[in-house]
Amino acid sequence: MAIEQQEDKIKIGVLALQGSFREHCSMIRRCGGEAVEIRSASQLEGCQGMIIPGGESTTMANIARRWNLFDALREFEDEGERCVWGTCAGLIFLADRIEQGAKQGGQELLGGINVDVSRNFFGSQIDSFETTIPCDIPGCSENDVKCRAIFIRAPAIKKVGENVEVLAKYYLSEEKKKEMGVDIESVVVAVKQKNLLATSFHPELTSDLRWHELFMRMSKGCKPFQSKLAKVGEDRKPEEFQPLYTHPDLPVFKDQVIADVMK
Amino acid sequence: MSGNTDVEKGNFAVKAGLAQMLKGGVIMDVVNVEQARIAEEAGAVAVMALERVPADIRKDGGVARMSDPTMIKLIKEAVTIPVMAKARIGHFVEAQVLESIGIDYIDESEVLTPADEINHINKHKFKVPVLCGCRDLGEALRRIAEGCSMIRTKGEAGTGNVVEAVRHCRAVMGDIRRLQAMDEDEVFVYAKEIRAPYELVAQTKKLGRLPTVNFAAGGVATPADAALMMQLGMDGVFVGSGIFKSGDPAKRARAIVQAVTHYNDPKIIAEVSCGLGEAMVGIDCKEMHFTSYAARSE
Repeated sequence: MAIEQQEDKIKIGVLALQGSFREHCSMIRRCGGEAVEIRSASQLEGCQGMIIPGGESTTMANIARRWNLFDALREFEDEGERCVWGTCAGLIFLADRIEQGAKQGGQELLGGINVDVSRNFFGSQIDSFETTIPCDIPGCSENDVKCRAIFIRAPAIKKVGENVEVLAKYYLSEEKKKEMGVDIESVVVAVKQKNLLATSFHPELTSDLRWHELFMRMSKGCKPFQSKLAKVGEDRKPEEFQPLYTHPDLPVFKDQVIADVMK
Repeated sequence: MSGNTDVEKGNFAVKAGLAQMLKGGVIMDVVNVEQARIAEEAGAVAVMALERVPADIRKDGGVARMSDPTMIKLIKEAVTIPVMAKARIGHFVEAQVLESIGIDYIDESEVLTPADEINHINKHKFKVPVLCGCRDLGEALRRIAEGCSMIRTKGEAGTGNVVEAVRHCRAVMGDIRRLQAMDEDEVFVYAKEIRAPYELVAQTKKLGRLPTVNFAAGGVATPADAALMMQLGMDGVFVGSGIFKSGDPAKRARAIVQAVTHYNDPKIIAEVSCGLGEAMVGIDCKEMHFTSYAARSE
């Protein structure tokens, strides 16, 4: 189900400080939207939605702070008139509280979603995994929706506060519970709170467009962003500078040829 | 409801996926907890824990091996970003040791003295992802066939001289561009010529890039070096000796991170290049007694 083409495409900014931003941009374009890489505050102008991609949350927060991006991001998010989606590291950005695993000395969050998130909940890279989970994608017409989910050093939501819609859960196996020494049946891995969406897995690393389509539907009626904070001329416009080589997207997912070759 | 059953750990998507999360970032060599914290604060996406940086390995000579696991564990506890460590080429037991202590990524590295001059580690046997160096497309695809899920161009580690990194990057990118221009019928012979599996060569042609993430390494010492590698088409940058062998490591580390994020903006690169203090002393790769690490494996 593709979003119908409008005269003006829905403009989505993807925070491009680091991580899987190119994958998100490519998915947005495949859904018929316009994707913009965000490296400075002025590039947010006119965006109706913004994606905070997977990557290292510590790193992204560091760079964002250095470029004073946090104020712009807060302004973008605050008025509740635009949509923000965080995947993996982005979920950590959007959570109101980090329960465990934060960097020494703390790390700055955007907040907005009333949840307690636990960083690297499933363990380190060796505990990363791919699986199929049942999920509830609002507006998706299929019955019994399932999606392929890739968890990479993923965070998980252990406590969900008021006004938060749970879209997907991950049920822990007995073995996993014992290994981690926890006594909970499941953790929440996808949530929605009004205009904010967060997933602890990576739809951008799969061929599944449904999550991006959901985000496009959410952003459709949103008001394009116009900053009141940014002073004209203070923020540098991005240079129009062509690199020698434009990076093609890197799709890695289960049903790709590469997976067959690797077996 | 019972637990999810069809859980796949350590498949290619998961291994290559971590590397995708590192894209657009800088991975820094560190030798102790203090340096690891500086790297994390500067905005590194990962750290490479090792006993000596390549510049010191060059200076000291002798056999370079895997680091003491104690040191790696201490660094792992101190930072939230992924921690990588090096194993010798072909030394699969060092790789097993690193896997058992829960390292996030293993670098099968030519910077350490090779343990096997003919065979590399069979990386399919590991759940932990392994990255390898390459000098051209054939070498990169041979490593991927062995189960490698992240590639870096080799350059010459510990020299502070970017010339070899550029050579290897240009070689890989040039090979891919030539491959894309080729007729389908010519790919079979081309695969034979570059000694790589046909399927991976065909896949590369289709994608127009390597099927894994590709970082630059070996000789990056300044913000401009890092941005150069990014503009040449790399997904990210390794900086080894360049940071902690320089006058002001914290400042230089921050500057290189910024240059990689804003690699297309010369104004920002100029701004962050100001007043960085002394860069590491470089080595000319054409000197008489120069030992090439890159030539240690193919």
